[in-house]
Amino acid sequence: MKIHKYDTVIVGAGGAGMRAAIESTKRSRTAVLTKLYPTRSHTGAAQGGMAAALANVEEDNWEWHTFDTVKGGDYLVDQDAAEILAKEAIDSVLDLEKMGLPFNRTPDGTIDQRRFGGHSRNHGEAPVRRSCYAADRTGHMILQTLYQNCVKEGVEFFNEFYVLDQLITEVDGVKKSAGVVAYELATGEIHVFQAKSVIYASGGNGKFFKVTSNAHTLTGDGQAAVYRRGLPLEDMEFFQFHPTGIWRMGILLTEGARGEGGILRNKDGERFMEKYAPVMKDLASRDVVSRSIYTEIREGRGCGPEGDHVYLDLTHLPPEQLDAKLPDITEFARTYLGIEPYTDPIPIQPTAHYAMGGIPTNVQGEVLADNTTVVPGLYAAGEVACVSVHGANRLGTNSLLDINVFGKRAGIAAAEYAHTTDFVELPEDPESFVVGQIERLRSSTGTERVSEIRRELQETMDANVMVFRTEQTIKTAVEKIAELRERYLNVSVQDKGKRFNTDLLEAIELGNLLDLAEVMAVSALARKESRGGHYREDYPNRDDVNFMRHTMAYREVGDDGSESIRLDYKPVVQTRYQPMERKY
Amino acid sequence: MATPVMDKADATGSPEPGFGDSPYITATFRIRRFNPEVSAEATWEDFQIEIDPKERVLDALHKIKWELDGTLTFRRSCAHGICGSDAMRINGKNRLACKTLIKDLNPEKPITVEAIKGLTVLKDLIVDMEPFFQAYRDVMPFLITKETNEPTRERLQSAEDRERFDDTTKCILCAACTSSCPVFWNDGQYFGPAAIVNAHRFIFDSRDEAGEQRLEVLNDRDGVWRCRTTFNCTDACPRGIEVTKAIAEVKRALITRRF
Repeated sequence: MKIHKYDTVIVGAGGAGMRAAIESTKRSRTAVLTKLYPTRSHTGAAQGGMAAALANVEEDNWEWHTFDTVKGGDYLVDQDAAEILAKEAIDSVLDLEKMGLPFNRTPDGTIDQRRFGGHSRNHGEAPVRRSCYAADRTGHMILQTLYQNCVKEGVEFFNEFYVLDQLITEVDGVKKSAGVVAYELATGEIHVFQAKSVIYASGGNGKFFKVTSNAHTLTGDGQAAVYRRGLPLEDMEFFQFHPTGIWRMGILLTEGARGEGGILRNKDGERFMEKYAPVMKDLASRDVVSRSIYTEIREGRGCGPEGDHVYLDLTHLPPEQLDAKLPDITEFARTYLGIEPYTDPIPIQPTAHYAMGGIPTNVQGEVLADNTTVVPGLYAAGEVACVSVHGANRLGTNSLLDINVFGKRAGIAAAEYAHTTDFVELPEDPESFVVGQIERLRSSTGTERVSEIRRELQETMDANVMVFRTEQTIKTAVEKIAELRERYLNVSVQDKGKRFNTDLLEAIELGNLLDLAEVMAVSALARKESRGGHYREDYPNRDDVNFMRHTMAYREVGDDGSESIRLDYKPVVQTRYQPMERKY
Repeated sequence: MATPVMDKADATGSPEPGFGDSPYITATFRIRRFNPEVSAEATWEDFQIEIDPKERVLDALHKIKWELDGTLTFRRSCAHGICGSDAMRINGKNRLACKTLIKDLNPEKPITVEAIKGLTVLKDLIVDMEPFFQAYRDVMPFLITKETNEPTRERLQSAEDRERFDDTTKCILCAACTSSCPVFWNDGQYFGPAAIVNAHRFIFDSRDEAGEQRLEVLNDRDGVWRCRTTFNCTDACPRGIEVTKAIAEVKRALITRRF
């Protein structure tokens, strides 16, 4: 075991982690621990753009953006946080441009902007051009630009280091972050990083679904690490299903395709979104569009022999426009489906895309131990966190914005905190949990296979807690997850070695997914209403009286070692906007 | 050599029946294995699997790892050609495993899969990427401006100026190009095509003011002049970047000092 000491440790090197690192490296001795190489993270898969009311091409302002974000999140958004997001969006985009990001340009040479779902002029009057973009590769450009600037700033990376545990020490009755424990993939060695500040920026947990746009590596490692240490997870029942994933594969096809004029059609060729969202049509918010697609499919108007998908039609758009604005997604259709989007519509279905919930933080990125108390020295930003700027449903282009605004804020806050404090003493035998976990898996002779349990988990999640949910389906999922957690105790790995043991890491990742799937299902079961991405067929209406509040899920361990989930609730911060019925 | 064969009854999970009408086929994957914890020698190992030929090579590798041999080791993440983790040599050609469909590989014959060349193999399909990223860092891959007074708003750039370097912004640092380059294989000192592509991305960006510095780096004896214009890099690039053309533009800029 090796012990390292840094002022600030950042877990994850995607957009939020690297944006934080650029700030914290200037201010404090910083290490970035990442389970992948920095440019491999899933920020790079984001396509359509980053929202900011620059008003480069038409009238716009941050207040409209705030409203759209609050409405898009079905009023579960903390409105103070949404206002910060929308205001600081403008400087965030300009920061990236100054760092070198190659945005598409208007004829005047300013940053070009395009339409995106849920973003509107003057509180819902009509779609507005607010998304700043670089073709359909905006996430790629953000990731590359941030990495380039990390190279410039000399950010210190520990590549292929998996953080498996959060260290917490109680000082005078206050739980403080003491550091993290990481596993080095190349050698199998354990590393303890003692740090004054720790920032989690480790991304989402979509891999518990089968049809998902998420990378294989999005397994909620950060959420699981803090949850196991008794810290809460917020709003985990809210998961976004992006309307346009490639049929059966789940690969994302950007909403920018509809922003450029693409149309969703059922088997009769009907533009069905006109029925569900007369004003915004195909550009209604994602939860609305995904439910509409499944309604079409359920009512027998789906396409294909099994009627299990609909079409994204781009055939009426000029090929030059597709080449210039949507080059990557049209190539995906050619590569993976053998379809020519100039002439043929693309089969799509909703795909599990984004976790609105996560580790609760305040607007400085400080992690909360309960509804109000912060954990000194612990921060989170990006998809791993829940500020909450996305509420019950995130607007497209607000995630690339989130990672930049709150990545920067967390990086500054964490580094500044590190200057004001001493190192917190490490707990006794800080590596013991991780060593035990690894040795148990490596030496297990159990008969269960990781891939089999993961497949069953993904199937039950797709079948029971996707776009439509009922008490019965969620209970089915809860029972299945409990069974799988029991069987997980009996898994073994074939690779017993120390060198690049990805077999072992997949087993650990599965454990994280099982923990988080259980939190999600239990949170969803208790929320007896429909709001944003959480739709209960048995409770189809929003219930502001009983449920306009955030879910806070805690892991409880009984005296006999038994585990359970305790749910609590946190009020929503409301400033300017009273809840209204949500129409698009 | 032993060939683990998967029983059809075991073939659960992917692939999906009904994805198109294509039936499963039996394909043999001949994979270059190396694990110094086990043996100092690398060996070829065959795996036979039942799979839908419309699936990706990455799906086949997962199937082997998840159902036949958990010790098979490779890098991957996004699975659709964006993250750059899974460049490997497939039937003798550098490709991303997640962007290569089995049906396009003549699956009647064994499909060979091995690590990319020119970088030290650490285990199975995993290589040491550090020399590759060092060359990248050496070309100063970030925007450099000399202005002391930053503009309040964005810098202006015409659509034409933006288009000038568009092709080289697509790089995902997968190393497929660099590890396909015979000069790089023979001489580990050469920067390699990926580093030059990333220098090009800034040299031809109208906002950048350090083109001369970057050209001097590439004018080094291990720089751009080592390129023998074999076009392997252009063939290998999974993003369709015209790598050889970008290198030629850098060479021309070195001669004319105009860019």
